Amino acid sequence: MTQPNNYGFGEEAALLKDSARKFFREHFPTDRLHALVAADPTPGRAPSCQWDEALWAQLVELGWTVLAVPEEAGGVGMPVAAVAGLVEEVGRAAFPCPLLGTLNATYVLVACGEAGAVGLADIAAGKAATLALTDRHGAWDPAATEVEYRDGGLYGTAWFVQDAGKCERLLVCASTGAGYGLFWVDAHAAGVTAEADGIVDLTRDQAHIVFDGASGIEVSGNALSALHQAMPAIWTLVAADMVGAGEWQLQTTVEYVSTRKQFDRPLGFFQAIKHPLVEVMVQIDEAKSLVYNAACACDSEPEKAAQYAHMAKASASDMAAYASSRSVQSHGGIGFTWECYVHLYFKRQKHSQMLWGDGVWHRARLADIVIGTAA
Amino acid sequence: MSDASARKDTPAQAEFRAYCRDWLAANKPGEPPVRLPQTPLEIMTTEQLDYLQAWQKAAYDAGLVGCDYPEAVGGGGRKDCQRVANEEMLAARTPFFPNVIGLGMAAPTVFYHAQEAVKAELLPRLFSGEDIWCQGFSEPGAGSDLASVQTFAEKRGDRWVINGHKVWTSLAHFAEWMIILLRTDKSHKYDGLSYFVVPIRAALGNGVTVRPLIKITGETGFNEVIFDNLEVDDRYRLDELGKGWQVAMTTLLHERGAGELQTPRSGGMKNRSSHNITTSAVIELARQTRRGAGAAADDPLLRDKLMRQLIREEGLKQNQRRSRVQALLDHPMRLPLQNKLLASEIAQSIASLAVEVEGMASSLYMGDSNAPAGGQWPLSYMNSYGMTIAAGTSEVQRNILGERVLGLPKSK
Repeated sequence: MTQPNNYGFGEEAALLKDSARKFFREHFPTDRLHALVAADPTPGRAPSCQWDEALWAQLVELGWTVLAVPEEAGGVGMPVAAVAGLVEEVGRAAFPCPLLGTLNATYVLVACGEAGAVGLADIAAGKAATLALTDRHGAWDPAATEVEYRDGGLYGTAWFVQDAGKCERLLVCASTGAGYGLFWVDAHAAGVTAEADGIVDLTRDQAHIVFDGASGIEVSGNALSALHQAMPAIWTLVAADMVGAGEWQLQTTVEYVSTRKQFDRPLGFFQAIKHPLVEVMVQIDEAKSLVYNAACACDSEPEKAAQYAHMAKASASDMAAYASSRSVQSHGGIGFTWECYVHLYFKRQKHSQMLWGDGVWHRARLADIVIGTAA
Repeated sequence: MSDASARKDTPAQAEFRAYCRDWLAANKPGEPPVRLPQTPLEIMTTEQLDYLQAWQKAAYDAGLVGCDYPEAVGGGGRKDCQRVANEEMLAARTPFFPNVIGLGMAAPTVFYHAQEAVKAELLPRLFSGEDIWCQGFSEPGAGSDLASVQTFAEKRGDRWVINGHKVWTSLAHFAEWMIILLRTDKSHKYDGLSYFVVPIRAALGNGVTVRPLIKITGETGFNEVIFDNLEVDDRYRLDELGKGWQVAMTTLLHERGAGELQTPRSGGMKNRSSHNITTSAVIELARQTRRGAGAAADDPLLRDKLMRQLIREEGLKQNQRRSRVQALLDHPMRLPLQNKLLASEIAQSIASLAVEVEGMASSLYMGDSNAPAGGQWPLSYMNSYGMTIAAGTSEVQRNILGERVLGLPKSK
């Protein structure tokens, strides 16, 4: 299969992206974000989950959580490229919400085939979900899961579960004795205890979830195969989020260095500031182009999807690190303070950088595909 | 790649593509009689030039060069077909065109700014490659600060008399014509510049001296050109007096791959000693290069570096693809203006990585029979600095991007 030249990013996708940008600009400017999530600067603050549930409800009402759900399962069935456009705007707004987790669960459920329908029905009904498959060491390989399924119940702990406090459903990867299974679990069921993590990123919440005999619906008896099929879309979407956030960091920093004067000139006059910001732009554009290429591959060239998604996430991870570093540094003293908004994105990007594999990890996987496994 | 693009063709493009494909199948030139250089800018001998000129002439006569220019100036009168011809020529692995400066820079500049009669006089022989063109911009005192050129044109009647010194002039030793940025008024830096085309070959020894410069690779290919009372007719002035800087922007925009008109481009021919500067070529090299007990391609750190390169290379390719998807662009010049910077820096880092992969063997140069790939990788690596310096250094490119795209205050 080959890709359409325009990434399959058609008129509907453009309208969606545009309306998402306007929605967040109108309803969720950065000062709202800061007021919402940054009330307590104390480093030892208790874990919390700060988000605008009413605004999220509007977003669900607009149908944005069911874009990736196939039409026959009650969704819109939009291509990954279109969904990436929306996620880019969510990243630009750094909007705290369970959209990414819900989309991730959607792609995995779709990969489960018929058995996944029960989960997709919940998502189509507006329920938010997230993946629970990471071990205590933060392994990026789902086979490392510490959760077991035995005697009709789930046991063990899933770590680093994203936006767990905002979700009603969990998609859990557990070892079954016969391999690995995926289980669709009510986040508030008996035998499920979410222990919120105290995290750096203020725009998300995270938890480790203890399962003690919780019941769940088995949606796949071959979890690794379903995850293998869905991961390229998951890597691509987190990269899309980072591209949007990176663009916010770039524009905000450009604005600052254009107004702040030292030595009688705006900071942006000096090449020590100008050239690194150009480099940030170059890296954002690389990551963005690779994101849409990977998204399009998920839609129309699945045999290349993993290869291109590794490229997109590796590129976005490195970009996010650099854009974050330059955004704080170029803001100077003010950039080092809690009152300046750049730290919100700095922290979101550092979090995203590690999520589902950092640059080094993705390049190593890419090398295995392109060069072959090392002797 | 050409098949993927073919699916988007208009009926006219599809018909033209089929024509190009048939013509190339029957007329692609055979093996060159001599070793060809890596790019047209290193053409050193008339044997090399003759072979390449014959190819360009044949391609022009067949209608594959200048397709999108009007017929009145020697073009093909087609619409958005040069891209099609280029794709087919690259897919057919043809030799490159020798008149690169003519096609890429002089042609669009002449087309947009010269008098009609001058276009009709000059463009057909430019497209056919019978006239090689060169570019007289840089001077000993005007590099990155191009607008400080001092080579002076003085009006005498309806003639201009030119005196001064141009440098880094690729292909001047073969060129009939030169596009040249001249000072016509010493009291204004930018508005004192005017743009001309001048016949230099006809004036060799009589107003024009061309002296070869030797590059860090040991190759020649660029020159210094000295003007001593060269007389030029006023009709060879492009656009108005004092508009030289604006005309030069047309040249530079096309040179950097960001212009309106698609440059005719061929290439891809495998030559005994030519090689492609691509990551996949370096991966192949790493597979064949021994390192410790295994191959260089098994070394985890080199694998990481190779993948970084592959990602950058794919990123540039996808930038070019995305630059045609309106809904995914924020600023119209943001991607086109990155082209030159990225293409040159990526080529440099690929060649640098190849040299690193070769290890000790990268010490062996072209005259050594033990040199891997005939010493091409160290040659490519050294030559890559031509690309990051010429046509506006990488630093100048970053200024342009920072100022024109990000809107940061100007450095000048």
